[in-house]
Amino acid sequence: MVIEALKKENVDLIFGYPGGAVLNLYDQLYDADIRHIMTRHEQAAVHAADGYARVTGRPGVVFATSGPGATNLVTGIATAYMDSVPLVLITGQVSSPLIGTDAFQEADICGITLPITKHNYLVTDIADLPRIIKEAFYLAASGRCGPVLIDLPKDIQQAEGEFRYPKNVQIPGYNPTYDGHLGQINRAVKALARAKKPVLYVGGGVVSSGAHELLLELAERTETPVTTTLMGLSAFPGCHPLSLGMLGMHGTYWANIAVNEADLLIAIGARFDDRVTGKINHFAQGANIIHIDIDPAEIGKNIRADVPIVGDAKRVLIELLKKTDSKQHPDWLARIEELKNCVPLDYCQEPEGELLPQFVIESIYRETKGEAVITTEVGQHQMWTAQYYKFKNVRSLASSGGLGTMGYGFPASLGAQLGRPEETVFCIAGDGSFQMNSQELATAVNYNIPVKVAIINNQYLGMVRQWQQIFFRRRYSSVALENGPDFVKLAEAYGAVGLRAEKAAEVAVVLRQAMATPGPVVIDFRVRAEENVFPMVPPNCPTCEMIWSDEE
Amino acid sequence: MKYILAILVENKPGVLVRVAGLFARRGFNIESLAVGKTVDPTVSRMTIEVKADEKTLEQVVKQLNKLINILRISNLTHEPSVNRELVMIKVNANPANRAEIQQIVETFRAKIVDVSLQSVIIEITGNEEKLEAILLLLSHYGILETVRTGKIALLRGSKVTKNGGVKENGKDVL
Ligand SMILES: Cc1ncc(C[n+]2csc(CCOP(=O)(O)OP(=O)(O)O)c2C)c(N)n1
Ligand SMILES: [Mg+2]
Repeated sequence: MVIEALKKENVDLIFGYPGGAVLNLYDQLYDADIRHIMTRHEQAAVHAADGYARVTGRPGVVFATSGPGATNLVTGIATAYMDSVPLVLITGQVSSPLIGTDAFQEADICGITLPITKHNYLVTDIADLPRIIKEAFYLAASGRCGPVLIDLPKDIQQAEGEFRYPKNVQIPGYNPTYDGHLGQINRAVKALARAKKPVLYVGGGVVSSGAHELLLELAERTETPVTTTLMGLSAFPGCHPLSLGMLGMHGTYWANIAVNEADLLIAIGARFDDRVTGKINHFAQGANIIHIDIDPAEIGKNIRADVPIVGDAKRVLIELLKKTDSKQHPDWLARIEELKNCVPLDYCQEPEGELLPQFVIESIYRETKGEAVITTEVGQHQMWTAQYYKFKNVRSLASSGGLGTMGYGFPASLGAQLGRPEETVFCIAGDGSFQMNSQELATAVNYNIPVKVAIINNQYLGMVRQWQQIFFRRRYSSVALENGPDFVKLAEAYGAVGLRAEKAAEVAVVLRQAMATPGPVVIDFRVRAEENVFPMVPPNCPTCEMIWSDEE
Repeated sequence: MKYILAILVENKPGVLVRVAGLFARRGFNIESLAVGKTVDPTVSRMTIEVKADEKTLEQVVKQLNKLINILRISNLTHEPSVNRELVMIKVNANPANRAEIQQIVETFRAKIVDVSLQSVIIEITGNEEKLEAILLLLSHYGILETVRTGKIALLRGSKVTKNGGVKENGKDVL
């Protein structure tokens, strides 16, 4: 019955891992024409489904068994929840009569995932199952997207029932607001017309609502520069003259200063996270704030909104554009140009010197022309990716923003590649993070998923080391990874291709070699160990107080 | 300040946990909570008293509204409404002072619902002020135990907090 329902939802790919409480489910999969990818850890199954969902816009589907199988999903679910990624997770549960008895492999996964799912269900009657599955897909992928879990006791899996898949869903307590309030939209139009120094501040909501083209239209028509969050990076072309790049803790100087000097900030699908705003009462102090978001709870949560608009970014922008005239801001753009030249993002790669991580990432950008699908792990390499990879296309980045989950990127890249089989998929990884799910090399080889993993190997938990260097006087406590594995040999042990680059001149060569390889490739980029990510806004400081270099 | 929210929820297992969990994890304080079925057995009504500032309350309501099982939330704080709470108080009492206690009980229109040689149980319904006043008086005799239902409230007049129409994510809050 589950499989039939999944087919009705056009699911053609499931990520999962079997076990005692899902034997029935897996038996049904045996001759179903739905592809199942068995990862080597349940956490990786969720991340893979998440990567798939982020780059395709379709909900990712995960199966896992009860108890440890289900609890292994937790980090992945929390990751997806924080970044509003649509997932439907189906876990096995012990038989209904055993629930609550501490039965073998029993875990109250509904209780455990209550705070990290959009909603969850424990199925108690087979007759409810089709409705629940229908609702789960609807909830996951509508409104503010998110993970939905269905806990399915073994006896319910075995039960027979009539399968009638409902055509519609009726959830009385759930009615997302899609259309923005016209009065507020008119106020936004007026504010835009008045503004002399407007900035668009764009988050993942623009990506998930598919409002990227409208955003481009709005930015160009009103000559408004665009800064994005990590989640919003692929919503606006990084090379566009109006792009300011990312803002926040490791954002560009000009993006942070522009927000500081702006008289109007138009936030779309962004949530004023502390990594973006720094000390919140100094953030965009001189600006009127228009806040467009599908989740009313985000509006006014962290910052006052002068013009609150609850609605879907796409629909709101359609309305807004109907009434918005074109406008020029030559002085403001000149000021931004000045800021860009004042403190550019740069590094100095000596041809024969130590390899710099920024150079590696910029090389990946050059070799893929900004058109690859990128996933990242978490740490310095993630921030350098945000700074130096100029994303051209929407949904071309999957990175754990809200939760910052090390171990996300590699499995996510597998899901991303399966979702977009024609495209080049790179996972930009840290040597630390990669080791959190490196067992998935087996999955990559098993299914011949041709992802390219670029390990920015600095022999450190680099981001933590950077904080220890700056805020704890170089007392490097448990951050060295010098006994890390030989990543080339590790790749080879799994049957993947392993490559290595230690000099600047080798970088483009190995990248081309990797891209020409039909299967999965791991590249070990041996980079300078103590390179830091700059600029940096120290935590809880105003975003204009950036640190520039190690000397400060 | 204290706010009173009337919340209609689907009468399903686990809904109370979802509501209580949300309060706990977002650091909102519940002063009191009362739950029971409504005339529609598929719907329960919770009355929650929240101590918060206005901004926090707005977040409470918006976050609650995101729970799928919540059908409707009304803020009764500034509405003309009848608020009641029932308390049972077990007080030290002996034949010598029982008459005195009886007097207090009558003045407050409370009821003695159980008598023993050393104690009585008093039942009283009322608003917070009245309850606090009698508790203060009775503490003089030695209160052995109390139990409270938590506050419940209804709008005055024919206006109702009803489950109907659409829940528009927080917009419908009265
Ligand atoms: C699961 C998890 N554990 C711990 C952390 C804390 N943390 C953030 S960045 C980081 C270091 C990451 O090291 P690496 O993957 O080598 O990346 P680098 O910063 O060196 O580029 C750590 C430990 C985290 N984000 N996630
Ligand atoms: Mg590292």
